[in-house]
Amino acid sequence: MTSQNNRNPGTPLDLDWVMGAHVNKSAVERRVESLPKRRTVKKEWQAAWLLRAVTCIDLTTLAGDDTPGRVKRLCAKARQPIRADMLARLGLDGEKVTVGAVCVYPNRVHDAVEALRGSDIPVASVATGFPAGQTPLPQRIQEIEQAIEAGAREIDVVISRNHVLTGDWKSLYDELKQFRAACGDAAHMKTILATGDLGTLKQVYQASLVAMMAGSDFIKTSTGKETVNATLEFSLVMTRAIRDYLDRFGYKVGFKPAGGISSAKQAMAWQSLMKEELGDEWLKNDLFRIGASSLLTDIERQLYHYITGHYAAKHHMPMG
Amino acid sequence: MSKILEIFKSMEYGPAPEAPDAVKAWLDEHGRKFGLFINNEWVTPKGAKFYPSYNPANGELLAETTQAEKKDVDAALAAARTAFKTWSKTPGMVRARYLYAIARNLQKHSRLLAVLESMDNGKPIRESRDIDVPLLARHFYYYAGWAQLMETELRDYQPVGVVGQIIPWNFPLLMLAWKIAPAIAMGNTVVLKPASYTRLTALLFAEIVAEAGLPAGVVNVITGSSSAGSMIVEHSDVDKIAFTGSTDVGRTLRKQTAGSGKKLSLELGGKSPFVVFDDADLDGAVEGVVDAIWFNQGQVCCAGSRLIVQENVAAKFIQKLKNRMEHMRVGDPLDKSIDMGAIVDQSQWDTIDGWVKTGIAEGGECFQPNIALPEKGLFYKPTLITGLDPAAATVQEEIFGPVLVSLTFRTPSEAIEVANNTRYGLAASVWSDNINLALDVASKIKAGSVWVNCTNQFDGASGFGGYRESGYGREGGREGLFEYLRPTWMDRPRPEFVLDEKKKWGEHVPTLPSQPGVARANGHSLPLVDRTPKMYIGGKQVRPDGAYTSSVLSAKGKLIGQVGDGNRKDIRDAVEAAHKARTSGWAMRHGYNRSQILYFIAENLDARNAEFVKRIVEMTGRTQKSAQAEVDASVERLFSYAAWADKYGGTVQETTLRGITVAVNEPMGVIGIACPDEMPLLGFISLMAPAIARGNTVVMIPSQKYPLSATDFYQVLDTSDVPSGVVNIVTGDRDHLTKTLVQHEDVDSVWYFGSAEGSYHVENESAANMKRTWTGYGLPRDWMSREQGEGHEFLHEATQVKNIWVPTGE
Repeated sequence: MTSQNNRNPGTPLDLDWVMGAHVNKSAVERRVESLPKRRTVKKEWQAAWLLRAVTCIDLTTLAGDDTPGRVKRLCAKARQPIRADMLARLGLDGEKVTVGAVCVYPNRVHDAVEALRGSDIPVASVATGFPAGQTPLPQRIQEIEQAIEAGAREIDVVISRNHVLTGDWKSLYDELKQFRAACGDAAHMKTILATGDLGTLKQVYQASLVAMMAGSDFIKTSTGKETVNATLEFSLVMTRAIRDYLDRFGYKVGFKPAGGISSAKQAMAWQSLMKEELGDEWLKNDLFRIGASSLLTDIERQLYHYITGHYAAKHHMPMG
Repeated sequence: MSKILEIFKSMEYGPAPEAPDAVKAWLDEHGRKFGLFINNEWVTPKGAKFYPSYNPANGELLAETTQAEKKDVDAALAAARTAFKTWSKTPGMVRARYLYAIARNLQKHSRLLAVLESMDNGKPIRESRDIDVPLLARHFYYYAGWAQLMETELRDYQPVGVVGQIIPWNFPLLMLAWKIAPAIAMGNTVVLKPASYTRLTALLFAEIVAEAGLPAGVVNVITGSSSAGSMIVEHSDVDKIAFTGSTDVGRTLRKQTAGSGKKLSLELGGKSPFVVFDDADLDGAVEGVVDAIWFNQGQVCCAGSRLIVQENVAAKFIQKLKNRMEHMRVGDPLDKSIDMGAIVDQSQWDTIDGWVKTGIAEGGECFQPNIALPEKGLFYKPTLITGLDPAAATVQEEIFGPVLVSLTFRTPSEAIEVANNTRYGLAASVWSDNINLALDVASKIKAGSVWVNCTNQFDGASGFGGYRESGYGREGGREGLFEYLRPTWMDRPRPEFVLDEKKKWGEHVPTLPSQPGVARANGHSLPLVDRTPKMYIGGKQVRPDGAYTSSVLSAKGKLIGQVGDGNRKDIRDAVEAAHKARTSGWAMRHGYNRSQILYFIAENLDARNAEFVKRIVEMTGRTQKSAQAEVDASVERLFSYAAWADKYGGTVQETTLRGITVAVNEPMGVIGIACPDEMPLLGFISLMAPAIARGNTVVMIPSQKYPLSATDFYQVLDTSDVPSGVVNIVTGDRDHLTKTLVQHEDVDSVWYFGSAEGSYHVENESAANMKRTWTGYGLPRDWMSREQGEGHEFLHEATQVKNIWVPTGE
């Protein structure tokens, strides 16, 4: 993650900026339609980009049936996402290739911390009444504190969508400021906008700005539980907000699409988006994460194909 | 460090080439040498000369093609003429099946077409694959539909005949589709000549069409130099010429076809404005600029090459644009990961570079991103020139390359003024999130295509073509059909005249007083109260500027009146008055209001029915009955156009855009109209009424021989609430006055119903400013018949189609 002194400290709420936003949907759609057709990587480049994508994955399990055993297995995969023999054949033996983080519910933070002990892989915890955020504020803040106490170094908070839908930017800002205070120096705050619940792309852009003004380290598209989760449209609008925020205040905020990204091809489309709209720094995991559970397997299969020329069977890839 | 590890750390892009193998195999199969495609067969003329085709990205020789000569052009046109005899009689539904088969076959060979297009032209494979080739197929599907519907929906029309089509090198396949699909759908046959730089895809297309089973001779493709193009244009057995290319060549074609009766459509150059308001999605607009000027390396006739940004956001916008330019990738056209490929030819590269140097010399600040270009091949960086004034040549002239110039504005009206400050009028792009503003500006920019919050949108269902010196005629949509149709009653005009090279056309010595002995047609014992009609300009009766008068004699040779003998200055004044009436809102009035005025004119004419009948009898010596019929028909005609005043506004086009595409039939502007002699009143009314019904203002030159019906008529206009300047009447020598109208840079169209020779001169002179013309070639027209004397043909000439694209979604 970015070092402490480069962290986005947040800024006062600039409502004029928020209210003056313009996002034209059809223009966004055209950019998103053409971008993956303008950029592609093949062969060695594809292998390298996919390995890079692996290091950006927030390997996630957020289900009611998560158990310590399930989390332990996931963490083992997080430590060794690509088979050692494959890494060697790709010329990356000795190189540390692990995922960006493991992302779990607060109750499973302890299990994950234990399972990842000795690695540098941070544990991320969702919090603040994930996924709907419809819990009283004190409990939501308490949830952050408890997750940090259990060892989480990243907190994925959800916003109150009602503040966005009613245009109550001040309340959204104040709430997120409190979340950020609760994260303090111990954890980075990744703010989930739940874009699928928002009404327009303009609101996505506005919510992105407010979340950054309130001190988010990352802004994240979705919980994975909305009807529509990460799309390139939402992502383009959010990356542009990140760019505008950087231009105005000089702080780099990270981006995390989550939900629905399950193929290597999709991952590469997002990588192109980051490279084109924000630049190379946003291809590495201190500023870019992909929230996913099944993506890793597809990347492994593509890498296997690159190495052997054969299409891979899923059951040949170690499960997480 | 392993290569993958290196990339893992740098995260650079690498090469992602599309394989050229299939194209190479196709070229090899032809021995890298091509003949002409005539009658569905490859013909290699004896002793033919060949011309090389190079890949502009690497200089590699792709193949050689034949340089057609006169006999080859003759053979191709003869094949088309023979095929026309059966193809034009082939039922529409059968032709529809052929077009459908072509569309399907093009899709089946889509990748081969795309790869060859990129290799021959230098455009990125992404564009040829995702834009050019899909649109190619789309046009054939769209016009297959019109072939199917022709007999029911276009029953008053027939095909034009054999069509010569000359296309440019920037969109070899797409331009071919725009030309061929509507032509053969309507029963015409074609001879197509691709541009010299890019001949190969047209030849592949020909093969694919033959494979689809199109009868021999319907589509012929001949390759050759510009002189082969001239041979097609000047050939006596060609009925229409369709051309896309530079305005200069367009001028030449206009002169070459002048007076011939060949139909002509021209799609020419542009310097299209890209207008960004402060309430636009600026990032969206930046991407729009990329699509506008760096599409096809900027070698696009409708490229948004003049960026016009609201001053208060200009600095911010330009910075965003520069940042975006740093991310552009220029390289091998077959690379799937680039934005711009190669410039088509060294000479074009030199021209572009010359313009950039001019721009800098004119005081512009040139920005090019710090990006890599391939070491060899004709590549040019995306370029932005800021700080130029509208007067700079770099701002006024078409560069036809990846070079954008930027200007600023303060208010919406200034934005419109700057946007319209050009000789051209092909396209425009308007960016604002305020729908009122965006649509208002879209309606006021003079351009054939206006894209709101988008740019470079094309579809078979929407017409494309220019205003002003960007040409005339439309390609695409229903409006595109009429370039390839003629009313069923009309034969191919074959005007006959002998050009008197010595006599300068339109020269005129003012007329002298009538000779002694010419009796006044009086009939009274007292001297007649002198009634000398004047000019009618700006709603006022004015004396002729030159203070000369010419006499009007009756059929029996008696003096029945005198009219002003107009000159250049009268025309000048009338055009000014017409513009004043136009800008003060005649076109802005709603159709209801214009229809009421037309009804009122009809009412007042009818009230003076007897007087007008008498005048016609007196002038022409025709029977009372015949004159009565003419006046009655005139009243009816006014009723017809009162009806049309609010029923020809345009259509909603069913394009692939999510949103609304509207084709608006806009008025031409100021039309100069020279009336025929054969029906002094009805001819005048038949031409004036459609023009003003559709919001134009007019300068009328009445019948030279029988001007008094028109001069009587201005009293009718005076009493009918017609705003001053909407109709102006200048009497005098028809050709003398017409010449001034044609040469006038601020007259939008000229209609001429004088002699065959005069028609030649009107068309020939119009080449100087590329105004639209409509001439009668001195051929008779039955003005009394509704079929020939009113309706769609007139409305079509009174309007120009603007397609406004408005994507939706919040």
